[in-house]
Amino acid sequence: MRGVAGMIRSMRRYLRIYGRLAAASVRSQWQYRASFALYSASQLVATLAEFGAIWALYARFGSLPGWRLSEVAVLYGISNVAFALAEAGARGFDVFPGMVRTGDFDRLLLRPLPTAFQLAAHDVQIMRVGRLAQGAAILVWGCMGLGIGWDAARLTLLALCVVGGACIFAALFVLQATLAFWTIESLEVVNIVTYGGNQMAQYPLTIYRPWFRLFFTVAVPLAAINYVPLAALLSRPDLSGLPAPLNWLAPCVGAPFLAACLLIWKLGERHYASTGS
Amino acid sequence: MRPYLAVMRTRCRLLLQYRAAAAAGLATQVAWGFLRLMILEAFYRAGGPAPMTLSQVSAYVWLGQAFLAMFPWNVDADVRDQVRTGSVAYELARPIDLYSLWFARALAMRTAPTLLRCVPLLAAALLLFGMPGPASATSFAWFSASMLLALLLACALTVILTASALWTISGDGASRLLAAVALSLSGNIAPLALLPDWLGRAVVLLPFSGIVDLPFRLYSGNIAPEGAWLVLLHQSVWTVVLVALGRSMVNRGMRRLTVMGG
Repeated sequence: MRGVAGMIRSMRRYLRIYGRLAAASVRSQWQYRASFALYSASQLVATLAEFGAIWALYARFGSLPGWRLSEVAVLYGISNVAFALAEAGARGFDVFPGMVRTGDFDRLLLRPLPTAFQLAAHDVQIMRVGRLAQGAAILVWGCMGLGIGWDAARLTLLALCVVGGACIFAALFVLQATLAFWTIESLEVVNIVTYGGNQMAQYPLTIYRPWFRLFFTVAVPLAAINYVPLAALLSRPDLSGLPAPLNWLAPCVGAPFLAACLLIWKLGERHYASTGS
Repeated sequence: MRPYLAVMRTRCRLLLQYRAAAAAGLATQVAWGFLRLMILEAFYRAGGPAPMTLSQVSAYVWLGQAFLAMFPWNVDADVRDQVRTGSVAYELARPIDLYSLWFARALAMRTAPTLLRCVPLLAAALLLFGMPGPASATSFAWFSASMLLALLLACALTVILTASALWTISGDGASRLLAAVALSLSGNIAPLALLPDWLGRAVVLLPFSGIVDLPFRLYSGNIAPEGAWLVLLHQSVWTVVLVALGRSMVNRGMRRLTVMGG
């Protein structure tokens, strides 16, 4: 029992520190209100255009064989809300290669907090609300159009999908930064699985070629946070071909995926040799 | 003309140094091309009539990936920093025209990375990924002419994005918003011909289609060579308008600019 109480205490401590650091970054970004408004607006335009393209293709072709627009909207919404949540905390990992290059990372190592935690709390981006708001709106619209009964189990599953997706995207941002321990520069290639993964997850998995499907099911399990659980939401186990309970549990892979990436981060950290002088 | 050519040449030489970044970017753009193509293919399986054939769409997508770096999606970071730190004042002391200087820098910024990426990507797409060749020699000639105008149009927009820094000073929110609008309306997200007719017909009139949509449709013959002069007219008119706009922005911005520091 003592162990559990201690864990809760340390978790509350982390949450408090995270709250303080996040509030500080929000205050600093709030100083540039016009820039904040314009940046959010630009994100809103970009994401609106993305969904606009889906809508336009539906208008042009009548349908995507086998898929209603509301179903695609749910896939789109889950992925974008999850991505926006992960992105808010990813800024630190984004600037991390620069920290390695200049040696600034040494300072983080001196502080009595895990480095991954410090980076996640570094410069929390409120400007991501553009994508978040738009994704949430599309998600709600899609959910209402599905024509299914929204009981407590389904709502919980939907929340799990968003959390699981945020874990996977966050894990990918961590992984991208981890590579910089070895390469000292940021690797644009990883954008294929972050931004590309988000784009991929906006459409049903079945439209892609087999090698592509396999990659996003096994290597980067994004299918598990929206396509597979959609089978449970719609009560159509034929969509995933898995036993029904697995469809319900699929989004839970997000947490271990994040944990595994954090372990790799620790490995990279041990490999770190300062470049600073 | 000489100083501007010299600026452009040195900028190009600098930008061509980043070969590893170009290789990484190439892999990203190939993967992205496959993703876009698979999505569009899925819609074509519905089998309805479409104003573009699937092979025309394939050419469109791969051309889009090959010439992505040419699109005016970012500002000239060096000029932005000059404006922020005030060192842009030194540029005013030089006996050259500021707009032309920025335009020459934009030309380098839009051509060097594009050249580095488009040749290998197009080769791979044509030989390995089933991208169709140009519809005919005439189509290809018109496409080439149109791409040159697209480049000028992209540079005119780049200078406008960069010049917006004269107003915002800190933060690049305005230029990002403009770039997002331009990208959405250019055909980079979905070919404009596949939009609902009323929307597509309106969007095509805007300048952004001249950088992506119109030249690519010339390549695949989706716009026949007989209609090519209209495309070139569209691009020329917009280039003239945007150069005039950019020039007046730079002039007005410089007049109100206060240089800080001593």
